[in-house]
Amino acid sequence: MNETTGGIEDGDGSGIVKKFMFVNRKAPYGTIYALEGLEVVLISAAFDQDVSMVFLDDGVYQLAKGQHTKAIDVKNFSPTYRALEGYDIEKLYVERESLEIRGLNAGDLLVPVEVLSSAAMGDLMKTQDVVIGF
Amino acid sequence: MLHIVNKSPFENTTLASCLRVACKGGGGALLLIEDGVYAATKNSIAGNVVRSAMGDIQVYALWPDVEARGIQDRVLEGVKMVDYGGFVDLVVEHSNVQSWL
Repeated sequence: MNETTGGIEDGDGSGIVKKFMFVNRKAPYGTIYALEGLEVVLISAAFDQDVSMVFLDDGVYQLAKGQHTKAIDVKNFSPTYRALEGYDIEKLYVERESLEIRGLNAGDLLVPVEVLSSAAMGDLMKTQDVVIGF
Repeated sequence: MLHIVNKSPFENTTLASCLRVACKGGGGALLLIEDGVYAATKNSIAGNVVRSAMGDIQVYALWPDVEARGIQDRVLEGVKMVDYGGFVDLVVEHSNVQSWL
């Protein structure tokens, strides 16, 4: 925990900003992980932290366009990813290998993302203060 | 950075994903726990993958999980055993941790 950038005005001075990375590796509806992870990210936004979201493995399916869940009687939470920008969560990273293995590309996703190689993803992960996986 | 894997490499791609992301750059550590320890067995496909990753990443396995599964005599050379205290030490020594659930 070596880097504190500060600068958050919370009324009684400045707060500490840490780099949080949320790593999403599960497909959206088979388990509750994806939805729970998204909830946690939205909560974290309330604390004005430096938040990144990473999508790896089946986690890339969370961002797939064209999700229609009415027939399985589950809430379609995919539009929420488009709302993240409104909470100042703008750092979305997707691993290129995970997309390619699944026959997807950035154009198949419902939000703009930065596509990174696994090596670049590893480098980015190393720079975080806190890494939380879902 | 410390990476923790708790899934068997024979029914799950978690270890492969972890190594894909973690190996580049070096300096990191991998701790195998629970069913993840099966990746530390020699003469297995997963063991070969772990062995080839050892140049890039230091590999540890949680001894109580190794022993519980009876694989202690087939552990890959170079994998360091840690007990629960060693687990805590690894977490403390590294700047951050990713649990590959």
